[in-house]
Amino acid sequence: MTRTIGFVLVCLCLLVSGLNAQESSLRTQERTRQLEEKLRCLVCQNQTLADSNAELAGDLRKQVAEQMAAGKSDEQIIEYLTARYGDFVLYDPPFKLRTALLWVGPFALLALGAAALVLVLRRRRAAPEEAPLAPDEKRVVERVLGPAKGDGVPR
Amino acid sequence: MKRVLLPLAVFLLIVGFLAVGLNLDPREVPSPLIGKAAPAFELPVLGQDGRRFLPTEMRGKVWLLNVWASWCVSCRDEHPVLVELSKKDLLPILGLNYKDNGEDAQRWLKQFGNPYQLSAVDADGRIGIDYGVYGVPETYLIDADGVIRFKQIGPLTPAVLERKVLPMAAALKK
Repeated sequence: MTRTIGFVLVCLCLLVSGLNAQESSLRTQERTRQLEEKLRCLVCQNQTLADSNAELAGDLRKQVAEQMAAGKSDEQIIEYLTARYGDFVLYDPPFKLRTALLWVGPFALLALGAAALVLVLRRRRAAPEEAPLAPDEKRVVERVLGPAKGDGVPR
Repeated sequence: MKRVLLPLAVFLLIVGFLAVGLNLDPREVPSPLIGKAAPAFELPVLGQDGRRFLPTEMRGKVWLLNVWASWCVSCRDEHPVLVELSKKDLLPILGLNYKDNGEDAQRWLKQFGNPYQLSAVDADGRIGIDYGVYGVPETYLIDADGVIRFKQIGPLTPAVLERKVLPMAAALKK
């Protein structure tokens, strides 16, 4: 009896550890894929490492997978790659003095555009309303366009 | 007057940005390895069974490490420049035979001439990754302390040699 219970327990342990291993390998795969989405392929520069079919991308994917398997963190792997290829490999480059224009530039342009818009609108509002036509001007207009009809909206 | 000046200023600004931007080559990714020690490796030497090469063997010399492969089309363009340079005996040129087939590589050197003191064989491209190689050919200028001083991405041309590599090498030798 105790033997049977022992056997069942061992089986359960094995099953659980197997499931665990499977789950952790799935998690590693998912992490690997997510990391590769964040990295740029240097050969086809507008593709991520995950998407690219370039040979170098394959080699780099292998590196990422190997290091993942060796238990390195995402940060360590990113550091490994930026040490060799620079911040350019990152689709999400860090904020540094060198990349300040990259990050701030669009917002600065937006602010500039908004300021220009406000300025123009304000100036337009401040402009005096057009004075109504003087009687003799009105006569000239009527002579050229014909007498005003109905609501006076020109057709 | 003001109506003209403002659009003109904006126009000139855009022209300025475009002039700089369009002249940049997005394929040339600046290497973070400039000014850093050349990554260490130990690799077999092409065509010499049993001999292994370490970059530390070149300590005390200013040298070029040229990454090449027989499958690489631009390397063929570049090759005569290297052969010519090797004849002048200005600085040693070493090759890193990147992800190549040994037989093809040797046949290639026989056919086009061998400017290299030796070529280290990086069959799986691991060392290439350490050097940040992404487009063969690439060339590194390494100083007497083993520090990378310059990297050329794409083929070396006589102009690049004359204007950058050789003056830098001469200055480093002093």
